[in-house]
Amino acid sequence: MLSREQVLHVARLARLELSEEEQQRMSEELSKVLDYIEKIAELGDLADVEPTSHVVAVENALRADVPRPSLPAEVALQSAPDSDMGGFRVPSPGPAPA
Amino acid sequence: MRHALSLTAAQAAARIRAGELDPAELWRGYRDRAAADDCNAFTWVAADGEPPQLDTAAPLAGVPIAVKDLFCTEGVPSQAGSRILAGYRPPYTATSVARLTGAGAPLLAKTNQDEFAMGSSTENSAYGPTLNPWDRTRVPGGSSGGSAAAVAAGSAPWAIGTDTGGSIRQPAALCGVVGLKPTYGAISRYGMIAFASSLDQCGPFTRDVTDAALLLGAMVGRDACDSTSVGLPAPVEQPSRTDLRGVRLGVPEELTGEGIEPGVLASFEATLDLARELGATVESCRLPHAPHALSAYYLIAPAEASSNLARYDGVRYGFRADGVGDLLGMYTRTREQGFGAEVKRRIMLGTYALSSGYYDAYYGRAQKVRTRISEDFKAAWERFDFIATPTAPGVAFELGAKTADPLAMYLNDFCTVPMSLAGIPGISIPCGLSEGLPVGFQLAGPAFSENALLDAAYALEQALGFDSAPWRRA
Repeated sequence: MLSREQVLHVARLARLELSEEEQQRMSEELSKVLDYIEKIAELGDLADVEPTSHVVAVENALRADVPRPSLPAEVALQSAPDSDMGGFRVPSPGPAPA
Repeated sequence: MRHALSLTAAQAAARIRAGELDPAELWRGYRDRAAADDCNAFTWVAADGEPPQLDTAAPLAGVPIAVKDLFCTEGVPSQAGSRILAGYRPPYTATSVARLTGAGAPLLAKTNQDEFAMGSSTENSAYGPTLNPWDRTRVPGGSSGGSAAAVAAGSAPWAIGTDTGGSIRQPAALCGVVGLKPTYGAISRYGMIAFASSLDQCGPFTRDVTDAALLLGAMVGRDACDSTSVGLPAPVEQPSRTDLRGVRLGVPEELTGEGIEPGVLASFEATLDLARELGATVESCRLPHAPHALSAYYLIAPAEASSNLARYDGVRYGFRADGVGDLLGMYTRTREQGFGAEVKRRIMLGTYALSSGYYDAYYGRAQKVRTRISEDFKAAWERFDFIATPTAPGVAFELGAKTADPLAMYLNDFCTVPMSLAGIPGISIPCGLSEGLPVGFQLAGPAFSENALLDAAYALEQALGFDSAPWRRA
């Protein structure tokens, strides 16, 4: 069972705010899913098995380092919730450290 | 016009080329049907009025296409079923979609989906659930449920979707249409809004196998914008095989036993009998690690998702929560309000699986199980040409039946996830009815075996004679 503290810790890592009710539900639902997932422990020792991160063998796919036009700044900013002076505007990250 | 709308895409293209069908009329016919759709299959439909430029000399001859909302389409809403991308109109188009429009298939509509492709019922959409055209009280499957429903209802001639753990094959099965997940890397992922990058793959939804081959052929190929794209070793051919002589089918015990509805199993076994009549040999086999595929998948996919979805922070595009004075608070509140319950669950699960102290036991171990699953398939290919399973354990279920139980929903992918983890191609073709609802038959082959796979599926399809949408002929 995932504790409320564990849920809050993971939520902080994931930059998610969770309501009281969501914290409770998340703790129950994730515990149930993890119980199922933990069946992979039955497979025993896998120390000698290579992990798979990519299924198709691909050599380094490199291209020539040639400058080419990129998205114009005004187009890139078009979808932004808030922008100003050619940049994305965000709330203050807080006071500068003393 | 009703008759023209009952043609497959390949048939319509041939008529257009022969000068027997006006592509502008076909466009209007489908546009009107899509606009009148009552299954909530679409999140956007092209405006009424003049049809776009229709190139009848191009391979797809002007036959329009519906595209899952997950694909970026320039200037057209691309919201991935999520509130956090509400109103987002991308400044560029996905390579797969650009190839289709370049091959003469204009964009007809965007289709509904589970948010960020996370789900098996299309109920996790911020834009409401999609209904199954066979029975509007039931789900179409997911996550590409809108594409499946659109093709099944005949409101689009064909469509594309994405498959991460079964999101093309399972909805195709539940809606009685053909769905193909190609080999990982066959089609560029550029412009596909990312869920789990090592698994995501684009593929077709069609009325028959011939259309699937046509659509696949127009999309495959290496793309400089996706370094994991490799294309296919040979051009995609039109399938033509009418028998299965010499074809060896393996039926894995692990995916055809417990948990499969009896009606689905009966239809599956009847199809195996048909394969035997066509000359195939059918033998039982083992994929010993397949029962653990779902566990590995529900660690790997959420882990990759938790990283991919970190980009939704209310800064560059989409939704931002109002009234938060500090940056961190803006991030967390935006994500709280912008993501739905299932997406939050997967982000939490993935973040947990990657977090310090748990990485080796969860994510690291899941990657090793993934290796074992690939090895199981490689061993099977020494004895068999293809693996056959039911596509989904059951027929379309009622709306709301599984929304309260995430695990019950996840079990829908039991038969499709092993192929996804191994990166191999799988096709679902409709093979019959159970309780009056379509059943899907899945054939999977080795990586890059698409031509042989389509050929075998075609032979079965011809023998089955399944009517993928009886009402289209009405």
